[in-house]
Amino acid sequence: MLLSLTIICLVAGAILAGVNMYTLEPIAASKAAALQNAIQQVVLEFDNNPTEQAYKAVTSEGDSLIIYPATKNGKFVGAAVESNTKKGFGGEIKVIVGFDPEGKLLNYSVLQHTETPGLGSKMQEWFRTDKNKQSIIGRSMTNGNLSVTKDGGDVDAITAATISSRAFLDAVNRAYSAYKGGADGTSGATSKTQTEEGGEK
Amino acid sequence: MSNFKILMNGIIRENPTFVLLLGMCPTLGTTSSALNGMSMGLATMFVLICSNIVISALKNLIPDMVRIPAYIVVIATFVTVVQMCMEAFIPALYASLGLFIPLIVVNCIVLGRAEAFAAKNGIIPSAFDGLGIGLGFTMALTLLGAIREMLGTGKFFGFSFMPEEYGSLIFVLAPGAFIALGYLIAIVNKLRKA
Amino acid sequence: MENKLYVSPSPHIHGGDSISKNMYGVLIALIPAFLVSLYFFGLGALIVTVTSVVSCLVFEYLIQKFLMKKEATLYDGSAILTGVLLAFNLPSNLPVWIIVIGALAAIGIGKMSFGGLGNNIFNPALVGRVFLLISFPAQMTTWPVTGELPMTYTDAQTGATVLSLMNEGITQLPSYGNMLLGNMGGSLGEVSAVALILGLIYMLWKKIITWHIPVSILATVFVFTGIMYLVNPLQYANPFVHLLSGGLLLGSIFMATDYVTSPMSKNGMLVYGVGIGILTTVIRLFGSYPEGMSFAILIMNAFTPLINSYIKPKHFGGK
Repeated sequence: MLLSLTIICLVAGAILAGVNMYTLEPIAASKAAALQNAIQQVVLEFDNNPTEQAYKAVTSEGDSLIIYPATKNGKFVGAAVESNTKKGFGGEIKVIVGFDPEGKLLNYSVLQHTETPGLGSKMQEWFRTDKNKQSIIGRSMTNGNLSVTKDGGDVDAITAATISSRAFLDAVNRAYSAYKGGADGTSGATSKTQTEEGGEK
Repeated sequence: MSNFKILMNGIIRENPTFVLLLGMCPTLGTTSSALNGMSMGLATMFVLICSNIVISALKNLIPDMVRIPAYIVVIATFVTVVQMCMEAFIPALYASLGLFIPLIVVNCIVLGRAEAFAAKNGIIPSAFDGLGIGLGFTMALTLLGAIREMLGTGKFFGFSFMPEEYGSLIFVLAPGAFIALGYLIAIVNKLRKA
Repeated sequence: MENKLYVSPSPHIHGGDSISKNMYGVLIALIPAFLVSLYFFGLGALIVTVTSVVSCLVFEYLIQKFLMKKEATLYDGSAILTGVLLAFNLPSNLPVWIIVIGALAAIGIGKMSFGGLGNNIFNPALVGRVFLLISFPAQMTTWPVTGELPMTYTDAQTGATVLSLMNEGITQLPSYGNMLLGNMGGSLGEVSAVALILGLIYMLWKKIITWHIPVSILATVFVFTGIMYLVNPLQYANPFVHLLSGGLLLGSIFMATDYVTSPMSKNGMLVYGVGIGILTTVIRLFGSYPEGMSFAILIMNAFTPLINSYIKPKHFGGK
């Protein structure tokens, strides 16, 4: 009885070990490709490997975010910042935001969120739709933080989902503050050298 | 019972979703679109056929007292294989089904067929039973997924046939799964009686 | 089962009550709230109410006639009442096709799926409202601002309700006077506290309902939100605001008291009311939807059979 169960378990273990060995590489590759894909979506064309040159930069709030710098022919063309906020209506929102060297917002992608379906969940599309003052794509972040019209800003909030919109913009603002902090070295000095290396190679 | 009869038995007379009401967790959880439902059904079908074959081949070697742990080990092995392969080769699908793939292990259908059919029958009929039940499950999930997708987002297998804002979001969410499943079971029962 | 001999405990004298008499009584009690909504929301209120009532009647007739193949019972007033209550729970600028879907959900899913009037577990109007709230959250949570007899329909300027203002942490709440009269954003029938309380007084006077359910709900919400207000007055609104805002009054007076879906005994009604009060407050204060009244009533509807089987009225002479 014990013997037969042991044998079954051993055989099962062996099969799984084999499959695991076989799939380990494709799984890692597909995960890397997914991240690469997200980065590609939000920054301009690049020819380096941003995930290898990723570094952490400190936001104005004191915590740090991961920045993936993108270069083309050795020239710094922008960076993707993986940002998050805990101010969402349903909890944490994770986004990846791309900026060009002048601080213009290139594109964004929502990685993870738990906002109300049909309301806050529209943020993936809403802030890139070119209608009224909805779109944040192409906006320059150098004039200060983005905020919704209700708070005196110039971005239209998602209909009936002001809190989610605020949270989303908070994540974008945090991303920029980390990006700026990392790029001009006013804060997060440790990461400075790395960026400039990445930018001037 | 001929193999063909065994096959049809799983699809119609003992349809796991509409008649036996087994495996409700993946049925309700993964059918937010027709494609998701079909993928979940196919993954379960693969596990079902493999585990049915192996268990029926091993039925004389496994002592009665440890048969349930032995079945679970066999089923879990196949599920893990499916999970790893899916994560490696179809990551997009894995991202949307993710959590529910490991749950195939505790899907009552798989263990139920192992206990009720594979442990008492030969390898070939067991394979057909797995195929039949698996097809029945896949069809049910695809149907439910298609209905929820159409009512919820105005799409069919991802092809849009009406503007999305006319879709009732509730059908994409959990309550809509219960409502749609309830009406489907009612209709199937009505048809079976007729 | 229809024509079997009924055996029931005494009394056997018919009190003259009937389904339709009670239904029309409730409808009369809803008139003040309807007039107020006409005043503040104008044409929109009329369109929403008429669409809702007509589509409820049509669906009731079609389903009874063609799906259930039995005599249609249009004249008992229950479908009209469902239609009116559904309309009272909707914003006055809702597109007509959404209202029709809501009526289908209310009558089809909420009532007829369970076998029609008397067999439904959940309040049909609320099933319709919650179905719409989850399906079309954007349209269901944008309310037109109130005016004096506005004649616009879909293009009216939109505003927020008191509860969604609270949820967003803004402190510009309307004055108590406006909240009492109904001059604030909200669904059709829920805005005016005075009109709803007039309806309550009428129904108590006509003995259509007893005080147990409304009073226990309101008292529970008052006490619960009062405690939270004392704990942290900056984060939580004061209990009077909670009592006067959202669908609390409409729900506790007209929806929770639905005969079919509420407990039969007086003590059971108290348990049911306290349950609704607690759930409403929990959803309002901690949930992701600003208003929890409809969810709370539906959840307690599901508990009604359980309450009925545990809390039974005492037999005459029983222990």
